[in-house]
Amino acid sequence: MNKIPNRQAICDVLMEKAKTDKDIVVLCSDSRGSASLTPFANEYPEQFVEVGIAEQDLVSISAGLAKCGKKPFAASPACFLSTRSYEQAKIDVAYSNTNVTLIGISGGVSYGALGMSHHSAQDIAAMASVPNMRVYLPSDRFQTAHLIEALLQDEKPAYIRVGRNPVEDIYTEENCPFEMDKATVLCEGTDVAIIACGEMVRPAYEAAAILKEKGISATVLDMYCVKPLDEAAIVKAAQNAKAVISVEEHAPYGGLGSMVAQVVGRECPKKVITMALPDAPVITGTSKEVFDYYGLNAEGIAKKAMELV
Amino acid sequence: MNKLELQKTANEIRKGIVTAVHSAKAGHPGGSLSATELFTYLYFEEMNIDPKDPKKPDRDRFVLSKGHTAPGLYSTLANRGYFPVEDLKTLRHLGSYLQGHPDMKHIPGVDMSSGSLGQGISAAVGMALSAKLSGDSYRVYTLLGDGEIQEGQVWEASMFAGARKLDNLVVIVDNNGLQIDGKIEDVCSPYPIDKKFEAFNFHVINVADGNDFDQLKAAFDEAKETKGMPTAIIMHTLKGKGVSFMEGQVGWHGKAPNDEEYAIAMADLEKVGEALCQK
Repeated sequence: MNKIPNRQAICDVLMEKAKTDKDIVVLCSDSRGSASLTPFANEYPEQFVEVGIAEQDLVSISAGLAKCGKKPFAASPACFLSTRSYEQAKIDVAYSNTNVTLIGISGGVSYGALGMSHHSAQDIAAMASVPNMRVYLPSDRFQTAHLIEALLQDEKPAYIRVGRNPVEDIYTEENCPFEMDKATVLCEGTDVAIIACGEMVRPAYEAAAILKEKGISATVLDMYCVKPLDEAAIVKAAQNAKAVISVEEHAPYGGLGSMVAQVVGRECPKKVITMALPDAPVITGTSKEVFDYYGLNAEGIAKKAMELV
Repeated sequence: MNKLELQKTANEIRKGIVTAVHSAKAGHPGGSLSATELFTYLYFEEMNIDPKDPKKPDRDRFVLSKGHTAPGLYSTLANRGYFPVEDLKTLRHLGSYLQGHPDMKHIPGVDMSSGSLGQGISAAVGMALSAKLSGDSYRVYTLLGDGEIQEGQVWEASMFAGARKLDNLVVIVDNNGLQIDGKIEDVCSPYPIDKKFEAFNFHVINVADGNDFDQLKAAFDEAKETKGMPTAIIMHTLKGKGVSFMEGQVGWHGKAPNDEEYAIAMADLEKVGEALCQK
């Protein structure tokens, strides 16, 4: 049972890199604890900026820092970062092409029973529709670390969403195939293609095991790179399957499912089922209870696949 | 530059503003003309910049937070030698690099894109913070409209700048008193402006006439002497300054002169120019 959340992996990489790269600046909006960035703040006080509860200022200040050569990582709850400071992300980061990495923490329904105000089920749709904004939802801590390292290699805007709670490992430290902006193929099959991102990758992978026992073979793609979307991987997986299922911790509109359907509809028309949160405030409960309620778990995904094939 | 040279330069910049907006058949002349002396003073006297090397690392930075007054900034940059004055006539034309709001990716000398009010000051704060973090000596200037400070983000940025004691930051408020819907105090009064910035731990300088170079010089010299806190310069100006029929008229916030009005405006400015040459 893994106890290390993805946000911790982000802090670990940034702390390692900040030893030698003094241009790395981490910014928080009274969110260093929630972002697991307290160790960074303590170790590198001169590279850490606390802006207070002011997400709009957080993002625009990051852009100003980037314009002067810094490499800002702005971490704030995804619910606020993707909506309160949406315009700042659109203009000061994406349009202005500043080297800012926005880290949406406690994304999706991580905050569970805190309710609608603290859920970010719209962030993929919001961020992906902005030109020049990249959107990443890493699945486990090892992939998260690779992603942060890759983002430090370029100077382009990006939005990352990670969840609050630890998720079961999919990869290992030694075996974590990662290519920037390419989906990771977890398994290949000919009946159904399951394309998932973020915290939904692990249940999708588990669903494939359930399906295998039932004699159904599935391809599972870890589509951590929602934008730029790995279209080639989607087409390949869809062509080999009878139907496609997308799974995401997001509203049913404008997220991974919409994007997958767009690609499949254009390149290899086939039935696409979008598994997502409802178009409504979600039921009160922990994130796990919420996932189970809406069938966003291994059993739910497997059931949907069996209905299809 | 001495005062007379600055006045002559400001007059040329005004001609560029009016010409650009007339050519575009759209744009924002009122707030460009009220801030013309400010633009002139910053780019011809105050700031450490080099038009031949627009990105030199130790340059002072300017962020036009009230981005809609781009014609004022463009005309200043052109007259300062960043790009040809002739290009001002392409403002807003198809494919022109001179959009209605500044785009830093395409315009030499523009340090930050802007257009959505309230965001530029935060970007300027980020730049000033970067200088502090790196131990660099450049200064950062940002110009806001008096209507713009109705935006909440302005006060997020001000709180941070004051808390961080960013004494390399100068926030200028162009208090021309008018916004699209009328007088600022009728729309949603931001007064008292000076006391607000004081409360956010700024050193505040009130400038009675922001269209007067002597007063601007005194203010910016005082700002440079100020240590341990950011400076806010609240300058009272005349919207549409220099063009007789635009002065103090809210209708010229975002409207272009027709051919006849353009001729009158240019005649006004020619007359001012001739008078300055007599001095």
